[in-house]
Amino acid sequence: MISALLILIPLIAGILSFFIKSNQANKLWAVLSSLSVLTITLLGILVFNKSSYLNFDVNWITTLGSRFTTSMDGMSKILCLLTAIAFPAILIATYKNEYKNAHSFYGLMLLSQAGLMGVFLAADALLFYFFWELALIPIYFLCSTWGGEKRIAATFKFFVYTFLGSLLMLIGIIYLYYLTPHHSFAMSDFYALQLSAKQQNFVFWLFFIAFAIKMPIFPFHTWQPDTYEQSTTAATIVLSAIMVKMGVFAIIRWIVPIFPLAVKSNATFIIILSVIGMVYASLIAIKQDDVKRLIAYSSIAHLGLMCAAIFSMNSVGLKGVMLQMFSHGINVMGLWIVAEVVELKTGTRKFSELGGLAQKAPVLAMLFLIMILANVSLPLTSSFIGEFLMLGGLFRYNIYLTVVAGTCIILVAAYSFNTMKKIFYGNTVSVTENAQEASINVQWVLAILAIIIIAFGIYPQPLIDLTKDTVLFITGK
Amino acid sequence: MNAIIISALMGVLLMFTSILTTNKQVIKNIALIALLFLLTANIVDTYNLFSINIDTKGMLAFNKFGYFFNTLAIAATTIFVILSGNEIVKTGNYAADYFALIFFVLCGVSILSSFNNLLMMFLGVEIMSIPLYILTGSAKKNLKSNEASLKYFLMGAFSTGIMLMGITFLYGASGSFDIQALKLTDNELSFTKVMPTPLLEIIGLLFVFASMLFKVSAAPFHFWAPDVYDGAPSAFASFMATIVKAAGFIALINLFFLKAVELHYLWKMVTALVIIATLVIGNITAVFQQSVKRMLAYSSIAHAGFMMFALYAQNDYAKEGILIYTAAYCLATIGLFAILAKMDDYTLDGYNGMAKTQPLLAFANVVFLLSLAGIPLTVGFFAKYYMLAAVLKNGGNIGLFLTILGVVFAAVSVYYYFRVIQAMYFKDGDAKVADVTTGFKLGLILTIIAIIFFGIFPNVLLGWFYF
Repeated sequence: MISALLILIPLIAGILSFFIKSNQANKLWAVLSSLSVLTITLLGILVFNKSSYLNFDVNWITTLGSRFTTSMDGMSKILCLLTAIAFPAILIATYKNEYKNAHSFYGLMLLSQAGLMGVFLAADALLFYFFWELALIPIYFLCSTWGGEKRIAATFKFFVYTFLGSLLMLIGIIYLYYLTPHHSFAMSDFYALQLSAKQQNFVFWLFFIAFAIKMPIFPFHTWQPDTYEQSTTAATIVLSAIMVKMGVFAIIRWIVPIFPLAVKSNATFIIILSVIGMVYASLIAIKQDDVKRLIAYSSIAHLGLMCAAIFSMNSVGLKGVMLQMFSHGINVMGLWIVAEVVELKTGTRKFSELGGLAQKAPVLAMLFLIMILANVSLPLTSSFIGEFLMLGGLFRYNIYLTVVAGTCIILVAAYSFNTMKKIFYGNTVSVTENAQEASINVQWVLAILAIIIIAFGIYPQPLIDLTKDTVLFITGK
Repeated sequence: MNAIIISALMGVLLMFTSILTTNKQVIKNIALIALLFLLTANIVDTYNLFSINIDTKGMLAFNKFGYFFNTLAIAATTIFVILSGNEIVKTGNYAADYFALIFFVLCGVSILSSFNNLLMMFLGVEIMSIPLYILTGSAKKNLKSNEASLKYFLMGAFSTGIMLMGITFLYGASGSFDIQALKLTDNELSFTKVMPTPLLEIIGLLFVFASMLFKVSAAPFHFWAPDVYDGAPSAFASFMATIVKAAGFIALINLFFLKAVELHYLWKMVTALVIIATLVIGNITAVFQQSVKRMLAYSSIAHAGFMMFALYAQNDYAKEGILIYTAAYCLATIGLFAILAKMDDYTLDGYNGMAKTQPLLAFANVVFLLSLAGIPLTVGFFAKYYMLAAVLKNGGNIGLFLTILGVVFAAVSVYYYFRVIQAMYFKDGDAKVADVTTGFKLGLILTIIAIIFFGIFPNVLLGWFYF
């Protein structure tokens, strides 16, 4: 029941939001809806955590053998939690922003939340495909309506790319559907399939391309920096903190248990791709002059490591991926919020035009430092545990690739600290001369994110326990 | 048989309404009532409650599939008249005649959904086509409309000739017009076994096939479609592109799939080649169009390619699929054309900023375009789903290749559909739209609800089919 509520609340709230004309009421409505989703998620994780409370199952399209089945395992829980934290954080941090057509903006935001929740909860392949696409449509409109000058072309590229990928996945889903004994889309039936190596190898790629585009894995990443740069920050956070996790999530949920042989035989190739992507993205990030593009490339590098760790196929790496999905989401959220504030206060995102902001906004500088430290995965931040475990997993698979992947951490440190230095330290320049401290909303949101980062950095056990069942299930397969 | 007889009677009735009244609105409303009556009559027939029966000596055969298709076609025509009725009466001075012709077309459509004999097929195709030649040229003062009409008539007459020739060959081969007599076995259709009779049949079937491909505007017989759709008055273009095209597919399915031949491997190759050519030509050309009307014309060719999947697959899924596809494609295209007809400027730039000037119309356009693109939550998704699933069900590498090609072109189609969305929502401008009535808006809202409802519960639509 809880899993159905998590989809329905933002869905209904989002639709109603289109009909609320007052901007203030809209903001309040969206914040209330997202807070109630957060409350229900926490209740589902902490209190009502029996499967009878969490799962939901009704008839949907009987002629096709598809059911509206949603269920919540550890991985779903951690990603729902991330989604549930992200939306109030975004909405509160950008509370002071005035958007043109606010009612559509908040409506689309809530609809995209419903889509994302659906992706993480669906336990039926057709339903999963539905939500996979539905998460895309609102975000397409969000990114194209509000944002930079080149936004239309950039988001269009993103949309066509991901749409092609998901259609290929649809062929894969139908192909598997015909192989199930009673022609059903249920996840458990898909898991029970015994496919030959040849079939696995073929269908694997249909699924993998869809997910690789979403993550994105080199060489499918070209849509990403442009889209991130051009979109409005709220949409970018949804994209980079949550949406890219859809790809990681989907690989663990829909590829690894169904195509174990294909995963094994393609692992080296995909890990090499991921590591190339990491090095390549990190090197490009060093050369960037725009905060948003820098975070975008940095994100590609982090996602590359997650993908590599999944395909190294051991429980250590997988535990790391689970942790890192959460902490990367929290971390990148903080980075984007600061980037947004910097742009708002100074009117520019270029390092070459910034400097000395710490003198004017010391609190913001301190909070940003925590985010940067987490981005570098320094000990005591939650990313450290994740990256450490992922590199450990990769190490078991192949030592040479681990060495290459490990050097990326140095590159990450280089560009992250450079960002910090160029924006916040040094002497003030003309644009930062009159800058002020970030608003109280932003400070609060960043402070809470920082607390989450440090708390789970010191004591990550709750997150590891939460996702234990998924890790056990996947490695047991 | 209700649909055939009543549609013909209604046609005659409407022709004479112009004697009684010259008020065009009244004529439009009479047509609407007549359509609803026809719809009821057909549904009553479906459930065997009341039907007019004339002994046709087995030349017509009625089944659920045909009845259901009639229901879809008549319902789509009703929506078409609700949305485009005012454009129809504005086309020229002879409002009553236009509606009468539409009823005659429907008569042809219902023959095509139930023929059991080649002569009946020919009659159905002709009864359907001749009114269309007139409707295409109904804007008498418009040179483009005249040109389109002449082009359509000449090409159509030529293709009819080919069909007659094919039917002659088939008659020569089997000694009967009855399509049950055409049943060939795989063995007989193979080219390795050179026998004079099957060869005649093959040539005959190919001729009939080619002329039907002309009717559904599949490549390489599609050249007339963009010019005719572009030249014809927008209202009638949408009628031709939707209901008439779907009827062509039903005829093809009746002939090649439900009753006649077990398709042979080589035959499948012919179908596959037609599919590939249609998808490539339709989609790639649509990308380069600047006029939304021409883009829709090419997109209708592209959709013909997708509907051909049903002919390739030939299983139960394909049967259900073609019905869902008909519903999805008709709803969306009729809606798009209805809004298009209200526009000042048919180019993409003419749509700029429509979201601000006409939010409801813009939103309706978005739903229609998403449905045509096959995005989930619209019935268009299930249309595409069924076509892909039907082909994949048979297995085989060619089928797999076709589906992958299909989805690649579905992604291409997103490109040209979304350009309209971009123009409406993300570009500045003031799209000029003629005044719309409340009735029109209600009609649009109903269509949107239908598209989304069947997009979530497609089994409701198919449930009627199975009842």
